[in-house]
Amino acid sequence: MKFVDEFRDSDLIKKTAEEIRRLAGTTRHYRFMEVCGGHTHAIYRFGLKDILPENIELIHGPGCPVCVLPMGRIDDGLALAADDHVIFAAFGDMMRVPGTHGSPLEYKARGTDVRIVYSPSDALKLARINPDRHIMFFAIGFETTAPSTALTIMRARAEGIHNFSVFCNHVTIIPAIRAILDSPDMRLDAFIGPGHVSTVIGCRPYEWIAKDERKPIVVSGFEPLDILQAIVMILRQMRAGEAKVENQYKRVVPWEGNRAALRAMGEIFQLRPYFEWRGLGFISQSALRIRDLYAEWDAEQRFQVPGVRVTDPKAAQCGEVLKGVLKPVQCKLFGKECTPEHPLGALMVSSEGSCAAYFNYEHRKAMATSLSRSA
Amino acid sequence: MCLAIPGKIVNFAEDGRLATVEVVGVRRKVDLGLLQEDMPKLNDWVLIHVGFAMSKISEADALEQMRTLALLGESEQAMQEVRGYGLEEE
Repeated sequence: MKFVDEFRDSDLIKKTAEEIRRLAGTTRHYRFMEVCGGHTHAIYRFGLKDILPENIELIHGPGCPVCVLPMGRIDDGLALAADDHVIFAAFGDMMRVPGTHGSPLEYKARGTDVRIVYSPSDALKLARINPDRHIMFFAIGFETTAPSTALTIMRARAEGIHNFSVFCNHVTIIPAIRAILDSPDMRLDAFIGPGHVSTVIGCRPYEWIAKDERKPIVVSGFEPLDILQAIVMILRQMRAGEAKVENQYKRVVPWEGNRAALRAMGEIFQLRPYFEWRGLGFISQSALRIRDLYAEWDAEQRFQVPGVRVTDPKAAQCGEVLKGVLKPVQCKLFGKECTPEHPLGALMVSSEGSCAAYFNYEHRKAMATSLSRSA
Repeated sequence: MCLAIPGKIVNFAEDGRLATVEVVGVRRKVDLGLLQEDMPKLNDWVLIHVGFAMSKISEADALEQMRTLALLGESEQAMQEVRGYGLEEE
């Protein structure tokens, strides 16, 4: 537990870890899914696996927006940017994500006008200062970023800015959880609920998980102690034979969410009938499109989109890893054909994807150990 | 993109839609449109996502969030994001 000593509240962390051990006992195996990619990253980074008893297995969920975006969507967005008139604007996270003919960064090197923005409002600003160009903002993210995109479109309309559109790839977390729970090969005991998505949607949308599926879900913060406390809360529920929604991250997440953000999303977006997720396939009502009222700011309604579909390589077992049927290292391609430098599958694409997180921390650690042994 | 960055409100723009926040000495404008129902006051702390203040938090929690970002190895990325707001004009 060397790493633990570096954290604030290290005594409390040790006590919480002991409490987890006591509650978990030794007679059964537990499988908990952390939904959010931020949690996945934190769990590896903090070495929480070394702190937890062996009979608690953490399954890394679908909450990494870059990872679950189908390659065809990137191809479509970049195809629109082939027009010299268009500036392709996206968050930095998107820049290295491979499309069929390269990442946005590689397109930029070949002459496409690709700009990194850190906020959708800066994409709108690009439109203001480049009135003779069209700025297409390639929007990605769950409910954490969708309200900001919505508000930006509302501002574009209010200011009468017409050389701006959004290529919308926003997805919603609840249908993805449902798809995972509906999968026949899935066996999960409980969920660690996402922190920042819940800031927006609140805790109510998770109630069906507790009521209908009888699985505890605890919304958690991102510090080591937060995640361990969430696990204690889950284990206590299970011991008492309960399944409830609980909020460990009360200091940031209000039970009702952020109503202004939900209103902005409702004004601009409607659910798509279905959307493809890398690794999970088509999930109904799992993504957002821009309402017809705002068609002028919707790149998909404004331009002819090719509608590219790219299937993941057959050998990549992203879906099984996402559902926790396989560990990242059990995929045939892991660390061989598929690495963070050359990602073939969805989960290797971003540092928040479970395969990339596993590769960066566990795999490199194991390689270093075996190298130092053989030296 | 998924980073939550704590910032302290140091100034309001005239129309009340934007505010200047300070994040570890760097000042940038962020949008307050998503906090309309619970507007922050001067010197309040907020969590910022992609240039929009998303929730109000206590000062203690803001400092703790900074520490968490450092532990996660993400503080430089967070500062890069903050410096990038407003297209690095200011």
